[in-house]
Amino acid sequence: MSNKTVKAHCSAPQQDSEAHCSASQHDRAPQRDSASRVTNAAGRIVPTVINGKPAVPYMGVGKYKPEGFRAAPKIASCADYPADGNKVIPSLKEALLKAGLRDGITISTHHHFRNGDLIATQIFDIAHELGIKDLMWYPSASFPCHEPMTKYLEDGTINHIEGSMNGALGKFTSEGKMKGLGVLRSHGGRYQAVQDGEVHIDIAVIAAPTADPFGDANGVNGPTACGPLGFALADSQYADKVIIVTDNLIPFPCLPWQINGNYVDYVVVLDKIGIPEKIVSGTTEITKSPDRLLLAEWSAKFCDEAGLIYDGFSFQAGAGGTALSIGIYFSEILRERKWKARFARGGSNKYLVKMLEEGLVEYILDGQTFDLDGGRSMRDNPHHTWTSPFTSYNYHSKGNFSSMVDIVILGATEVDVNFNANVVTHSDGYLLHGIGGWQNTLFGKCVILPIPLFRDRMPVIRDQVTTICGPGELIDVIVTERGIAINPLRTDLIEKMKNSSLPIKTIEELKSEAEKICGVPAKPKFTDEVVAVVKWVDGTVLDAIWRVAT
Amino acid sequence: MTKIATTGNKGKGIRSDCFVTLELTDMGGIQLELESKVSVMYGDSIRKEALEILDFFGINNAKVKIEDSGAISLVIAARIEAAIKKLIPAEKSWLPDLLEENRYTTAKDQNRFSRLYLPGNSPSLMINAGIHKPDGIILDLEDAVAPDKKDEARFLVRNALSGINFYGAERMVRINQGERGLEDLEYIIPYNVNLILLPKCEKPEQVHAVNNKINEIVNRISYIVNHKSYIVNRKSYIVNRKSSIWLMPIIESALGVINAYAIASCADNITSMAIGLEDYTADLGTKRTAEGTESFFARSMVVNAARAAGIQPIDSVFSDVGDMEGLRQNVLRSKALGFDGMGCIHPRQIVVIHETFAPAADEIEKAKKIVFAFHRAQEQGLGVVSLGTKMIDPPVVKRALNTINLAVKMNKLTENWRDTHEQ
Repeated sequence: MSNKTVKAHCSAPQQDSEAHCSASQHDRAPQRDSASRVTNAAGRIVPTVINGKPAVPYMGVGKYKPEGFRAAPKIASCADYPADGNKVIPSLKEALLKAGLRDGITISTHHHFRNGDLIATQIFDIAHELGIKDLMWYPSASFPCHEPMTKYLEDGTINHIEGSMNGALGKFTSEGKMKGLGVLRSHGGRYQAVQDGEVHIDIAVIAAPTADPFGDANGVNGPTACGPLGFALADSQYADKVIIVTDNLIPFPCLPWQINGNYVDYVVVLDKIGIPEKIVSGTTEITKSPDRLLLAEWSAKFCDEAGLIYDGFSFQAGAGGTALSIGIYFSEILRERKWKARFARGGSNKYLVKMLEEGLVEYILDGQTFDLDGGRSMRDNPHHTWTSPFTSYNYHSKGNFSSMVDIVILGATEVDVNFNANVVTHSDGYLLHGIGGWQNTLFGKCVILPIPLFRDRMPVIRDQVTTICGPGELIDVIVTERGIAINPLRTDLIEKMKNSSLPIKTIEELKSEAEKICGVPAKPKFTDEVVAVVKWVDGTVLDAIWRVAT
Repeated sequence: MTKIATTGNKGKGIRSDCFVTLELTDMGGIQLELESKVSVMYGDSIRKEALEILDFFGINNAKVKIEDSGAISLVIAARIEAAIKKLIPAEKSWLPDLLEENRYTTAKDQNRFSRLYLPGNSPSLMINAGIHKPDGIILDLEDAVAPDKKDEARFLVRNALSGINFYGAERMVRINQGERGLEDLEYIIPYNVNLILLPKCEKPEQVHAVNNKINEIVNRISYIVNHKSYIVNRKSYIVNRKSSIWLMPIIESALGVINAYAIASCADNITSMAIGLEDYTADLGTKRTAEGTESFFARSMVVNAARAAGIQPIDSVFSDVGDMEGLRQNVLRSKALGFDGMGCIHPRQIVVIHETFAPAADEIEKAKKIVFAFHRAQEQGLGVVSLGTKMIDPPVVKRALNTINLAVKMNKLTENWRDTHEQ
């Protein structure tokens, strides 16, 4: 354990740290992590204080059960709101000021617009213009379009992010430039943190493709239709102030009302809130890579041979090219045997919608729609319904959908010989991705990771993952192009696959096969400064992300 | 004298490769600059090997820049060596370890249903080629390599032959035409190649020239190895394996078609003869069509010539990689004409080719009955094989035996199928 404390609140790179520290007013900024660190149940060294608040180290799967009552927003009185239901405010700036925009508060946004989001950055443009400092941004995910946030992290408008730090934001964080400590949570963990009071949202700004003046809103209609608005549900219910921003205001009532106007304080109408073609996510086509197709084929074959596919089974459909291809193989099997899947969990897109429309899947329970077909189906087909992290992923719910799913297909940047997996950092130590729903879906009955054994020269199976995001006990099968490894804990699967035609190997065999081709990789070098933490679904601290030594 | 050389590839879309810039200087020692997407994991080992290679070739003063997109060691070594040999003459070679898994030879009559073309200067396509289980992989030095990259491709192909695991696939190289093709042999014959494809073959003399060169190389290197007169390289491979270096001439012109039998029968190490339809149709002054009427004569000639010479006739590639049903129809036509295999240009074509060339279920059923009758006749000491009241001719029995062997080889039938066969 380190006795070294963070040098200053400001941890910009050596060469310009002086300038940075003097330029920014960070007296109110909480210290990133205190000197106090412990080794948690996953064997990882984690801080016990995060941004000035105490944190519980990870204790094991299903071990931590906090008591007490849920957090709650302030009591509202309808007498304070216009009787005619018209909450429209002329500008976002005015709405933010009315909502109490000030130093040090937490502002949340959702990511249903993915890389086509035009709202999140505008909020911080306004805050910057007003000279507001030390905000906490609480997005449900970030995308490359949010790169401009780095300048607000640099000038102190934003103190830190609790959400995903993708691409440029991840690099910024990994290099120790973010003032506060980043906190990475799953979609379910985000809901959990709001519900148990770990995070209090002061202002929620909800971009809505269609809304009425009362604040009822949905994502299925309008020029920037994005499907559901489930990631903003907790924000609407628990934030002190809720602002709906839309470019498609219709007279009351706005149906369906995915967001209920009763939670909403202000409505703002802008010309354009998103870029429709960028709302459609990049990875919506099945893969053309022969290696990925092989992974998909073997994964589907594995599911079939292990008896995981049956009439009435269920699966989690991923958005990646490999996961989509597995859906194609599932379809072939179902069609041939005249079987149906009872339900599939989305991210939906045209391929899953086709399965629904062909009668191969009876219901889609959808967290987000990745393309226009997904959105159309959710709007028009009663068998395609929207879900929120509350119904599917939340640790404080009385049960979740995620544990009822038979087959879950996921990705990972790294896996280790104990089946622990990483989705947030790369083998070079840099933070590059968010967790999304990944941790939450690990609770499915059989979790399969189809991943290439190495990417270019980067082996995927390590002695120890750089960052642990999912405990190995929840990860059942690793499918690579050079063999399939089954978690030794799954003796039932090992037994079923004893005479399989598929190349079943141990994870150590796969690791040495990769290292024979690529060489044994050196480990990344870190300083002993923590720059972010990974939370487990229950709110405990699973791992720390360290500053890369440059 | 040129003092700067570049080799390899870089830029958008390039993966698992590197671009090397080498400038020989008069003083200042070795100045090595490395830009690598895997520098955290492999930066130190890349630098170390680069310095070792420069030292091995006696280079003491140079500026070297390596721009790496995740190349494995044997690729980086091939690029550096190619750059060095552009600037200075050197006899010796920096070879990767010969993988134990790659010490297999191939048989003259083994299956050659599929052979996957891989551009000889694109390492990213080579590394995973074997996992798709083609019968053969072709490292192509000819048309798939740009003219100015043909020299450096030789080093990459040489290193790949011994250092990349192709998981049992027959290691084939398509050499260039003419004199360059004969020079290509220096980079592959001593280094673990199984079969050489000869492009644009039109007369037996081309085959003889290649075989003469192979003999010369094998004899020369055997002499050196046996007499230890000097160290050829770090780890000289065992060379005297002429018997298992096979040839597959490719017929790609009207003259080649006319001389097909003379070519097919001119040497013992010819295993098979292929047809290349793109060049052939161009030579005829016509266009390639889906029905293939224009190439019917040529394909039949190749099949007949090959059969007459006792070798395998192999069909051309099917170039629409997205059209699997079109490919399947094409394979069915090939098989009906008498071909034993065809080329492929995308790994996903392999499984379609194998499944379609493999004996169909009804063929296997019929063959099982005949083979069973054949064994029964043998056990009973009968000279004549009969099924019911019908007598079976020996060629029919032979074909049935072939079908069964093939079915067993392709996992369509268990080896002990006779135990469970119901008569």
